[in-house]
Amino acid sequence: MRTKIGFLIIALFISISSFPAFAQEVKALVTPENFTAFDTPNDAGKSISLTWLVSKNNDQEGVYYIIYASQGSSGPWTQVDKILSTTAYKSEAPQYFGLKESNNQYHFYEVTGIPGVVESITSTVYFKLAITDGDNTVEFPSVVSAAPEGNFFDTSKTNVLIFVLIFSFLIMFFISLARKNPNLFVRHIPGLDAIEETIGRATEMGRPILYLNGLLDMSSLSTIAATSILGKVAKKVANYDSQIKVPCYDPIVMSVCQEVVREAYLEAGRPDAFKQDNIFFITNDQFAYAAAVDGLIVRHKPAANLYMGYYYAESLLIAETGAATGAMQIAGTDSITQLPFFITTCDYTLMGEELYAASAYLSREPLQLGSLKGQDYSKAFIIIVLVVGAVLSTAGYTFVVNLFKTF
Amino acid sequence: MKRNLPLLIAFVMGILFIIQFFVPHQWSQEMLTWGNKWIVIIGGISLLLGISSLIHFHYVQVKRSVPGWGYSLVMFGAFIIAITAGFLPSIIRWFLPPIAPDADPGKWLGFLPLYPGLEEGSPLFWIFLNGISPFMATMFSLIGFFIASAAFRAFRARSLEATLLLIAAVIIMLGQTPLGAMIWEKIPDIMVWIFNVPNTAAKRAILFGIAMGSIAFSIRIILGIERAYLGGKD
Repeated sequence: MRTKIGFLIIALFISISSFPAFAQEVKALVTPENFTAFDTPNDAGKSISLTWLVSKNNDQEGVYYIIYASQGSSGPWTQVDKILSTTAYKSEAPQYFGLKESNNQYHFYEVTGIPGVVESITSTVYFKLAITDGDNTVEFPSVVSAAPEGNFFDTSKTNVLIFVLIFSFLIMFFISLARKNPNLFVRHIPGLDAIEETIGRATEMGRPILYLNGLLDMSSLSTIAATSILGKVAKKVANYDSQIKVPCYDPIVMSVCQEVVREAYLEAGRPDAFKQDNIFFITNDQFAYAAAVDGLIVRHKPAANLYMGYYYAESLLIAETGAATGAMQIAGTDSITQLPFFITTCDYTLMGEELYAASAYLSREPLQLGSLKGQDYSKAFIIIVLVVGAVLSTAGYTFVVNLFKTF
Repeated sequence: MKRNLPLLIAFVMGILFIIQFFVPHQWSQEMLTWGNKWIVIIGGISLLLGISSLIHFHYVQVKRSVPGWGYSLVMFGAFIIAITAGFLPSIIRWFLPPIAPDADPGKWLGFLPLYPGLEEGSPLFWIFLNGISPFMATMFSLIGFFIASAAFRAFRARSLEATLLLIAAVIIMLGQTPLGAMIWEKIPDIMVWIFNVPNTAAKRAILFGIAMGSIAFSIRIILGIERAYLGGKD
């Protein structure tokens, strides 16, 4: 009998211990180590960061960290947050801590305010950390504190600054080189060479030239580039005694264009031929603008259409209407999504950087051409880095790729 | 002075906002907000400039009976209706006795909706919903037909590039539809490869060029080398 009872007890023990819920080793809660508070780097000065080492209890289910904050070292304490132990790692904030592998060993939490006490942190705040599994809670023995401070340099943008400085140096070096040697070679851009031909064709046909500046305002580089090209085109138009029509999407762009065209006519010695009414505002509604320009194209049948600047979905509506009227068309845009439409419908298309280069190319001014040369060498630098980076990445060295990461 | 002052402003603001990009401090954020506010203020004022240009242009069209001058009359009609619809509710509410706090302004006087501006139920909102919105949708829908006619022209296999374009386009079109997988199960995979590899590579190459071009163009503007946007001699 005793033997039977003994077997039963052993069998019961084995079956119970093999059941998963009982099989898992329940570890005693250990207080997290290296709990520190510090001013969050690279910010405006309105938050404090907390980090601590990953706890030995992290692999247990249902373990949470509780963060408490107070404006005084002795309380009263307010719960800021309760976070699952398998979340919130330093590695999730590479903008502050970089891409080191050891970042996986630390938790990170950014505190911007104390709920119900202060909305945003402006002075010293004290923090306490606790770990809980639902039944038991263990607090970290010491209290840490930090005060937020605004930073004067965003270290996460250091790589951007270095590359901007390198490219700026290259461009400025070639600008200074162009002062000494003005005969720099710049490759031909067929779209820009054809501008003279389009204006001549329009003059022969006795029809106007249509010039659009895109759909962005004067704060956009592509619009500035478009107005710069407009000046060159308008001067040629004035020399040929032809007509240019510039329907605008933005009132400020319109007044800039009026000034640019007026100056171009003055420079060409034809101020009498300038007509301010030919540069006018239509609307700043995308499709209403497209409809109005389409109407203009159909009614006035310009012999040449020039589409410079940034465009959206209206690009095809406008350029296809122009193609249907048989006009010679040149487009220039840095809008990647609209490039295929312009390439399909226009005789020449300036792609991306060619739009920015157009003004320098048309002016043939050495200093401007020097900047184009610098731009080309910057691209050569990028190509070399790309090739080296691809080879190293393939071999398992990712540091070159990390150099170019932005946060 | 007329040219030097804008060049000086471009130089100072250009340098300031480059520095601002790298400085996260509160002062830097406030400067950015200040700059953005000025852009909004100038944009608002410029609308008056736009309206005056619009009225002047269409007035001249009508006065000189330029071909298509009837459209200018339509513009004036639409302009007057939109302005009236926008301001009328506020004007009526200004002159007539105030509405009871719990009354619905949409049913005030039994028939006249008196919601101001673009609020739902206002006359201007009605114009937007039943006039502007369908017009916009019509224009947007036209793109489909325009793509068909542009594609017809582009896909004529007259050169190696055009032939490659045609083949890529056919694969993409087939890959997007169930028919592609029915013809050959690999077609959707080839479509994804075209999107992810040659297409992305070309796009990134253009983007690199745009980034380089932007830096060079910005330096030219900040240093006053590029000044054609101010008009006159370079």
